[in-house]
Amino acid sequence: MLLNIEKLKVEARGEEGWTPILHGADLQVAKGEVVGLIGESGAGKSTLGLAALGFAQGGLRFAGGRVIFDGTDLLQLPERQRRAFRGRRVAYVAQSAAASFNPAWRLLDQFCEGPAIHHTAGRAESEDFARRLYAAMHLPDPQNFGLRFPHQVSGGQLQRAMVAMAMACKPDLIVFDEPTTALDVTTQIGVLAAIRQAVETTGTAAIYITHDLAVVAQMADRIKVMRHGREVEDAPTRRMIEAPAQDYTRSLWAVREFRRPPRTLPQASAPTIGIREVTAGYSSLDVLSEVSFDIPRGATVAVVGESGSGKSTAARAITGLLPPRAGSIALNGTPLPPRLAQRTLEQKRAVQMIYQMADTALNPRQTIRQILSRPLQFYLGLTGRARETRLHELMEQIELEPARFLDRLPAELSGGQKQRIGIARALAADPEFIICDEVTSALDQLVAEGILRLLSKVQDETGVSYMFITHDIATVRAIADEVVVMKGGRVMDKGLRSEVLDPPRHAYTRELLASVPQMDPDWLTRRIAEGRIAEGAA
Amino acid sequence: MSAAEARRRPILRMIAGRLGIGVFTLFVISVLIFLAVSLLPGDIAQQVLGQSATPETVAAFRRELGLDQPLAWRYLDWVGGVLSGDFGRSLANGRPVADLLAARLGNTLFLAAYAAVIAVPLAVGLGLLAALWRGSWFDRIANVATLSAISFPEFFIAYILMFWLSVRMGWFPSIADPGASPRLAEMLGRAFLPAITLVLVVTAHMMRMTRAAVVNVLGAPYVTMARLKGVSRWRVVTRHALPNALAPIVNVVALNVAWLITGVVIVEVVFVYPGLGQLMVDSVTNRDIPVVQACALIFAAVYILLNLLADVLAIATNPRLLHPR
Repeated sequence: MLLNIEKLKVEARGEEGWTPILHGADLQVAKGEVVGLIGESGAGKSTLGLAALGFAQGGLRFAGGRVIFDGTDLLQLPERQRRAFRGRRVAYVAQSAAASFNPAWRLLDQFCEGPAIHHTAGRAESEDFARRLYAAMHLPDPQNFGLRFPHQVSGGQLQRAMVAMAMACKPDLIVFDEPTTALDVTTQIGVLAAIRQAVETTGTAAIYITHDLAVVAQMADRIKVMRHGREVEDAPTRRMIEAPAQDYTRSLWAVREFRRPPRTLPQASAPTIGIREVTAGYSSLDVLSEVSFDIPRGATVAVVGESGSGKSTAARAITGLLPPRAGSIALNGTPLPPRLAQRTLEQKRAVQMIYQMADTALNPRQTIRQILSRPLQFYLGLTGRARETRLHELMEQIELEPARFLDRLPAELSGGQKQRIGIARALAADPEFIICDEVTSALDQLVAEGILRLLSKVQDETGVSYMFITHDIATVRAIADEVVVMKGGRVMDKGLRSEVLDPPRHAYTRELLASVPQMDPDWLTRRIAEGRIAEGAA
Repeated sequence: MSAAEARRRPILRMIAGRLGIGVFTLFVISVLIFLAVSLLPGDIAQQVLGQSATPETVAAFRRELGLDQPLAWRYLDWVGGVLSGDFGRSLANGRPVADLLAARLGNTLFLAAYAAVIAVPLAVGLGLLAALWRGSWFDRIANVATLSAISFPEFFIAYILMFWLSVRMGWFPSIADPGASPRLAEMLGRAFLPAITLVLVVTAHMMRMTRAAVVNVLGAPYVTMARLKGVSRWRVVTRHALPNALAPIVNVVALNVAWLITGVVIVEVVFVYPGLGQLMVDSVTNRDIPVVQACALIFAAVYILLNLLADVLAIATNPRLLHPR
């Protein structure tokens, strides 16, 4: 057994002393084996993964158990000797390569640092190894790729460069911590293929941490499901997928099955929002080029595309934060002034927004009552008893108990609850149209599903229209009436959900759908065999 | 244009832009200095010649000084002189201002360099150690010690040092005149007390900024990543964190070095050190307008130049600007 973690306990420093976050977790990895770790955020996956390097993040400490790597208990070693393992015997690949590469160093220097401090290879030798790995990872111009700085490289390439860096000392075990979560599906597939190939050719063992079941199904020989710092289930991949033993595992599997029934929308004379040939961008760069689509009254229109496709720029143009260079945006058939400052209070009230990161979108120093009261007073002039009544209605609408939550601060709420407050704040203005910008992508699948159900319910009750910005096809299938597919600032296809997606009408939509990992463990193998993975794709 | 040139262009353009702004600022300041000095109460000619001078001699002297000319013309005359290196003549002793300044400026720069050479490495080093061992006793002691040093008025520190190291021990002279042309070692010994006083005053600020900037970067994912590669903590701080924390540190260092050149009048007075600050104060008392103007202009230029340098260095440490896509 290469790695044997036994009854590991980890505690976090809280306001009232240390609280346990791992309650005696076990994890075994054999030589050359790939173990998948899945669970929602807070399950302790990353903590367990980092423990394989004998490392506890800031504010955490090991409180018991053993981490035996190749016969040595890392927890018994002093820091200096643990360091000799890190990078050399056990390497780590972080979620965000963009944040995990030092912005002041060239990629090649960061690659060569590990071999240099561990004295595993000379500079020339490790440079040569780096170039070979860059080539194997299909990175462009592998001879000179390492001379670039992190900001000069795209996200997918950077993530592959990080996989290469992890292999610099030829480690026995690599911990992959959500390595593709921050990537677009079309980029993700290339990185997945690169990781798979790297692991297979070198025979290194791996721990693959993710919250995406379909991804882990492609990568792992064995899957361990975790929840609240405890193991729920541990089984070989195929058995886990075909016959999960635990209810919690089954519920994870079922999440993707939420479907809103197709609806017939009432025919209204004018769409809530009509976008006509809008061109917009920053400085000299056009991010949107002649984009036109409608948001019919009471409908949910999903806008899908990779990062950089112009989805969020379209939202900024509609809200008036980024006045378009050309084209027009109409609300109920009446053109909206391009700048937010020129719009009337009534026009501002009609268009509201829910943000991806509820954490940063809510003022941490205001109570929920203050956060929700502001739009009630500002847009509707509600005060006193009337405002209090409306506050209670809103809280009930988002299914949070008013008495329990109104006087709390955002920090006291979970991620899903915070996002519900974000929804309530948008609803407080009594809007006709809400832009939902990746509102579920920072949430775990179960929580995300709850948010999607809530948004559907609110739409049925109030008749509000949604523009749903997302890169997740499963979300689109779950909630959208109509779909707009964007790429490079242009609309590729638009129409009813069934027309656009089932079967995919446009070539780019086909590519997008084909890149979404499937639960079938052979999906990636098939895709690689088909040779459809764009080599060196950004 | 070659590819390399095209890549360097943004930073060159940025530096040229900063230089332009610096020159413009200096121009505005020269106008302000000139206006402020011309608003000083009292008639200079009267002041210089004394109460007993006849109105005719005063008028003649005013003409000689050009004081009968309009303000704008006098300003242009002064600026024109400055641009060609002529700062005019001292009213007190008739010597060229440039000669007066040259000696004093050399002394001031010597003292500032002396203090900076000790203070900057000391402050940055202490800041790095405090960041490395943050929360430890070292961190706390370094903080308390440097804060105490900055909390006392500088003349107080100066007199304490003078009392102990000069009067009691007799190790260093209390009057710190570097003299005409002694050997370097002798100059360093004579200027030791004022230099060390200045070091005590400026270290805290730079140290705390170094610590804060580095600690801020230590939370970054790439620092965790470096530790997970097996990099030692000291190497993490110096090689991974410091390069990304340089911009704020460089700015504070520049501000403090500028202060060492322009803000040390009190220390100069205490140690009777013949620097620019003292010259300026004396000249204000004597109504020696050309010298006052020249000193003020030099101080302004030093501030602008050092801040400009800090800006450029801060830009140069940012790989995004240095190596555009």
